[in-house]
Amino acid sequence: MKVILLGPQRRPTLAGVARSMQLDGRVATITAGWQEREPDDGELSELLGAQDVNLALYRRWLDVQERDLDYAAAERRLRDVLGELHDIYLLRLDYALQAVYALQRRGAVDRAARQAVAEAIAAVRELDEAHLRRISQERAEFYLAWAPHDRPVIAGHRAEITRLLGDAAALVVTGGHVGVLADVLHLFNVAAAVRSPVIAWSAGAMALADRIVLFYDRAPQGPGHPEVFGPGLSVLRQVVPLPHARARMLLDDEPRMAVFARRFAPARCVLLDAGTRIDLDGDGSCPPDTRVLADDGRVTVLEAA
Amino acid sequence: MSGPAVSRKLAITRLRERRTRDPAVIGRFLARYPAPIVEGSRCTFLYRGEADEVHLVHRTVGLPERIGLRRLHGTDLWYVVIELPEGSRFEYQLEVARGGQRERINDPLNPHLAHSPVGSSSVCYSRGYEVPEWTRPDPEARPGSLVDLVVPSRALRRDGQVTVYLPARFRRSARYPLLVVHDGSDYLRYAAAKTVLDNLIHRLDVAEIVVAFTSPGDRLAEYANSAAHARYLTAELVPRLEAELPLAATPQGRCLMGASFGAVAALSAAYRYPRSYGSLLLQSGSFVFTDIGHDHGGGPVFEPVVKFVNRYRAAPRRVADRVFVSCGVYEPLIVRNRSMVPTFEAAGMAVRYVEARDGHSWENWRDRLREGLSWVFPGPQKFYYE
Repeated sequence: MKVILLGPQRRPTLAGVARSMQLDGRVATITAGWQEREPDDGELSELLGAQDVNLALYRRWLDVQERDLDYAAAERRLRDVLGELHDIYLLRLDYALQAVYALQRRGAVDRAARQAVAEAIAAVRELDEAHLRRISQERAEFYLAWAPHDRPVIAGHRAEITRLLGDAAALVVTGGHVGVLADVLHLFNVAAAVRSPVIAWSAGAMALADRIVLFYDRAPQGPGHPEVFGPGLSVLRQVVPLPHARARMLLDDEPRMAVFARRFAPARCVLLDAGTRIDLDGDGSCPPDTRVLADDGRVTVLEAA
Repeated sequence: MSGPAVSRKLAITRLRERRTRDPAVIGRFLARYPAPIVEGSRCTFLYRGEADEVHLVHRTVGLPERIGLRRLHGTDLWYVVIELPEGSRFEYQLEVARGGQRERINDPLNPHLAHSPVGSSSVCYSRGYEVPEWTRPDPEARPGSLVDLVVPSRALRRDGQVTVYLPARFRRSARYPLLVVHDGSDYLRYAAAKTVLDNLIHRLDVAEIVVAFTSPGDRLAEYANSAAHARYLTAELVPRLEAELPLAATPQGRCLMGASFGAVAALSAAYRYPRSYGSLLLQSGSFVFTDIGHDHGGGPVFEPVVKFVNRYRAAPRRVADRVFVSCGVYEPLIVRNRSMVPTFEAAGMAVRYVEARDGHSWENWRDRLREGLSWVFPGPQKFYYE
């Protein structure tokens, strides 16, 4: 599947990208990350030449909350369980990453020291993977128990979404709250229904990956640890999209960035700053000129193979 | 490569070196330089008027309590130069002696005032200090609402007056963490608490929270390790709020906050009800203790506090998961607060400790709210990628 990742659209480049693709037909849009502002898509529509149809996933989710009360209650319980699992993961992650940084500060003076850092990073990777497995398992058990495809309200919405996506020349996924966005994408099984190229940015780009990595180094309480939030749609594999990287990350802190890159390798940590356009085929191979975090923590540009 | 060193004389020095210092010259000088004059780390405090003596009076630890101003020869202008480290907030008044009378006044040449329940004082901002912009009303931030509530209390034998803050976009279907604030009306009035909450929630720095601003009756009794106060909070106020509002109703979703004696009250309530509160936010706590002997220097009102803090330090107990502690380095309480940090850590609590070049004041507590609240109840910024 063809995927185009863009930088943040504060100064939109979307119109030019859509033109370059010579799209023939309507473009489906997902603005669920905007939550209650989901319908405020006038500007987006204008950029797409008013040839768009909003899939209204957030509104549909609210409809499920109102009309399928048992499912809604179960979903709240799932959220509590996932929240608890995430708190435990963050607690362990804090200690695991502190160990990495402490070893890193000692300096990689010899082979033993370098080996110790590598092993500490491996422990973090193991923790990330275990967390992702646990979250996926909880979700899988939930879907097995509650079979959303058999529940009339959800099944009705899914059918409508499948029809809209089947007719679409492209799918556009905007930014916003990545957790909310990922939840509705999973609930309405969007990945299975997409047939067209996908254009995405910010939270939309993150939700397409096989795992969603949250990051924010400039919080008032100090830099947070990058954390694995959960599975994305897996439309993109082996890519960790980093929207607003310059604004959100301490890119000058190379040791910190090195841990970031090594922790998620072999996935590419791809910087998506303003003006970026990256065309991908979903197999994880990034085109030349893609800006990524290298293993040494520097921002580097991929060269042609 | 740097150029030759430039010797910059202070404005007051240049004035002193002038031959003519008639009233018009002084007037022009004062019009040109807003007082206090901040030049690098040196701050020149001024007073103009006839007097026998003028002193700068303040409560900053490390400086003499009264600092005399000198009269500029042949004029009615008084001055003194003080070194203030970068980023300092310095509260002070002037004591003017005239004809055997002494009067304490705010600096008539300085428009900046700090307010508190016991009155106002002048405040000097040294180089590097700026009033945080998030403490000022932001038209972009949707305002939360304040609702007054009366909570009859058998524990306190009085009605508790509570002002409840509900965040903008408050929804009954959501579940919010609860912050209980001691000296709530003072936080609202002197620390701009509502504006700060509106702004920090709007900027996603702090989670959407419900805040109960409580106010004491007999403050020094209720806040000095009172069993009745702890019972009021934990067995009366919090259950009522959790029954009437959509709150998380878990220890992790509850935080007690207070400044000075209010911080003692918060710690003491959590100590008496150890599995009730997930977090504490303690600002300039009056954690007075003795390591030996009984001379704590706080007077009789501190007796129950000293007893409590001594007991706690002797056997530290985990009373919450996380404790945010802040204190001004110019406060007499700085050593006490620093000393509590390892004590809290030894009890197995996660501690975030923050110091500021400031005193025991509401503006200090206001300025630390962003760090404190965003640590206790972090906002959803990490989820938003627009």
